[in-house]
Amino acid sequence: MNDSQTLASLKPGTRGVVTEIRIPVEQRARLLEMGLLVGTIIELVRFAPMGDPVEIRVRGYNLSLRKHEAELVMVRQS
Amino acid sequence: MSGTVKSFTAVLTGNPNCGKTTLFNALTGLRGKVGNYAGVTVERKEGAMLGAGPDHPIQLLDLPGTYSLSPQSLDEQIARDVLFQKLVDVPVPDVVILVVDASNLQRNLYYATQVIELGHPAILALNMMDVARTNGHEIDVEALSKALGIPVVPMVASSGEGLETLKRLIRDRAIQSRQPQLEEAPRPAIRSFLELPERFGAEAKGLIERFEQTLPDRKRLAAAEAILVLSDDKLLGANLNQYPASIRDAVTQARARLESAGVDWRSAAIEARYARVFAIQQHVTTETVTPGETFSDRLDRVLTHKFWGLALFVTIMALMFQTIFTVASIPMDAIEAGVEWLASQVGNWIGPGDLQDLLANGVIKGVGAVLVFLPQICLLFLFISLLEDTGYMARAAFLMDRFMSKVGLHGKSFIPMLSSFACAIPGIMATRTIETPKDRLVTILVAPLISCSARLPVYTILIAACIPDRRWLGVLGLPGITLLAMYLLGIVGALGMAWVFKKTLLRGDAPLLILELPPYKRPMLRVVLRHMWDRSSLFVRRAGTVILGINILLWFLATYPRSSERADDYERQRLQAAESAFTHLNSPAEFANQISRIRAQFSKADAPTNASPERALFEKLLALDLEESGSQLRESFAGRLGQWIEPSIRPLGFDWKIGIGIVASFAAREVFVSTMSVVYNIGSVDDSNDGAASLASVLQQERREDGSKVYTTLTGLTLMVFYVFALQCVSTIAVTRRETNSWKWPLLQWVYMTGLAWILAFAFYQSGRLLGFS
Ligand SMILES: Nc1nc2c(ncn2[C@@H]2O[C@H](COP(=O)(O)OP(=O)(O)O)[C@@H](O)[C@H]2O)c(=O)[nH]1
Ligand SMILES: [Mg+2]
Repeated sequence: MNDSQTLASLKPGTRGVVTEIRIPVEQRARLLEMGLLVGTIIELVRFAPMGDPVEIRVRGYNLSLRKHEAELVMVRQS
Repeated sequence: MSGTVKSFTAVLTGNPNCGKTTLFNALTGLRGKVGNYAGVTVERKEGAMLGAGPDHPIQLLDLPGTYSLSPQSLDEQIARDVLFQKLVDVPVPDVVILVVDASNLQRNLYYATQVIELGHPAILALNMMDVARTNGHEIDVEALSKALGIPVVPMVASSGEGLETLKRLIRDRAIQSRQPQLEEAPRPAIRSFLELPERFGAEAKGLIERFEQTLPDRKRLAAAEAILVLSDDKLLGANLNQYPASIRDAVTQARARLESAGVDWRSAAIEARYARVFAIQQHVTTETVTPGETFSDRLDRVLTHKFWGLALFVTIMALMFQTIFTVASIPMDAIEAGVEWLASQVGNWIGPGDLQDLLANGVIKGVGAVLVFLPQICLLFLFISLLEDTGYMARAAFLMDRFMSKVGLHGKSFIPMLSSFACAIPGIMATRTIETPKDRLVTILVAPLISCSARLPVYTILIAACIPDRRWLGVLGLPGITLLAMYLLGIVGALGMAWVFKKTLLRGDAPLLILELPPYKRPMLRVVLRHMWDRSSLFVRRAGTVILGINILLWFLATYPRSSERADDYERQRLQAAESAFTHLNSPAEFANQISRIRAQFSKADAPTNASPERALFEKLLALDLEESGSQLRESFAGRLGQWIEPSIRPLGFDWKIGIGIVASFAAREVFVSTMSVVYNIGSVDDSNDGAASLASVLQQERREDGSKVYTTLTGLTLMVFYVFALQCVSTIAVTRRETNSWKWPLLQWVYMTGLAWILAFAFYQSGRLLGFS
């Protein structure tokens, strides 16, 4: 789908549904176990003061990822 | 069967921050013990449950927090191994208490359902009910219990709500397990929460059968284990010997078939479980208020704010270290004084001789060298416990991650590095919060490069001796700039070496930063204090023994060989001095009496200081003592070592006397100052200012054979550069040994730091000479 964008490109306070995770398969197991799966709704909460990492809200709790990984998670804004 | 009562073991397990330790403390009445799991530094918390009755004790074990049964850190691996009964020194759990954060149900249930599938008798402690209520989640406890198939106790561990119910359930379980069972009661079927997609399910089924056949003694775990092994690509690779080849082949083939069918075997089970957990959560929760901003969210808007967040962070850190420096110095001085007093008392109990010297200077001062760190360590752990329990620690890592990532580390490495300005020991111990073993190792390896407080006396004395006191614009002075430069050199060295280690020895795929930012909580003071005490006393017990041993060794090196000739020679000189002072006496015994009388009289604090023949004799005696100890040190093993290493340090511009200082301060850098004063016969100099000043002026006058100054600016700076990098601290070595559980890492640490110290001091000295300095 073309209306996908990266998680890192969401504006703070907006939400999206995960459409694709492009993080290499060997590395993403823990991210999946933390509940970030295709189809999950996530909200971008804020960027850290130096722009990296990012804080997101997923399944009712807050999680922080590096921007690099956030750029590999594709979302469709909802 | 013998008459011993089989003790009943209950283990607490759950996600990090769900309140396990709080619950553990409530159940044991803060009477738990902290130790380590065999061979690793993971904290092992154990204790007896209060109110279990003396005849049938119930043993509780607080497992490290974990997000899943596919471990990503040592902590998580321990938790998994206990549940899989793989640790020989941990009893099989008789009941598992699943601690679940009610305000974060989905992710907590992900782990809880994994554990339920292992088939242990289980009770779910639905903790943080107060938070869930405030956030507007109403949970149907009955429905949850039914969906999971185990009893559920709603609770608030921090206030004790629900505690009695939980205890009763645990006791019931214990009583039940004691009932004589005539026949093996059929175990209830294990519940599964996975509705696996067709292809994956079929492969899993085949594999489960294979597990049941190949590992019959773990039959009950077969279903859970087979699916974990199939989904986790690290499990097979890491423990090649753990599973027989037939299983490994079966798993590899199953994965290949799934891959060719386009099924992602890594995520199929995770997705299936989350689908189920989501359904359960939706079924049991009613949202009573529309989710808005919680108190924690509002706090975060300030504490992670672009400007205020950083400003507050800097303030908090500054306050923390200011307190560690200033507040700790009071008990530290008291401990030092107490150790001195005790050492001097030994003289009264035991006559002079080697035994007295060993006890006073080897044992008591050795123990003192450990104890003196205790106040700093206690305070640091107090702050760390506070930061962790409130939830701020995760924010500190969030704020600092960008900075630390420049050298390939996590935000979590920041606090240990910062702590090392006070002392590398608490700094290294603070690395326990870092999950990734490699990042933790890198942080441990470079932490001692940060200039700690023990280097300060060394810098001070060398700056006083070698750096001209030149000032510009009134405030900017050369001594101050030099000191700052040394601190900066340490920081650059630590970050640089971290980068090097991450690129070479400890490389490996950069682990993803997946950092939970838990809601802020009000910490419980009793728990925080207890935590501080547990960690600090563990340090004293373990590191203390190693430090003590090495101190005794160093004492030996500095004391032996003793020469009776020299002792006789100096005794004769003392008697001669007494003879010339008291011409009316004539027997050596009387001289000796006078000597002891004068020593006793003038060593008192209120002794007269005006010039008198007796005073002159006393001073002469002191000078002789110093000469004797100086000559004794020069000829001791340590002194010979100093001379022996001279060829290796001459390229750095150091002579053998500096060599003795370096050898003697191998155990602790600050010893350099007192050793130099023994070498140059100026009496035992403490860190006080007059002592340092007199040593500095003696150093300034020291000449080489050709008449040139030994302590030139260049030599002084070179020596400081050496001390910035060299690992002259037994305590650090001991604590690295303890925290890494191997001699390999402390050895590497010592070798690389000493090597770096030599190379950089060499480069500095030689380029200084090339530039025309001497
Ligand atoms: N409001 C509230 N706070 C709790 C509760 N249980 C624990 N806490 C707090 O949550 C924080 C983390 O608890 P802790 O026991 O260290 O969690 P652990 O990581 O699972 O061991 C601490 O500040 C506790 O005081 C609870 O039921 N309600
Ligand atoms: Mg805990």
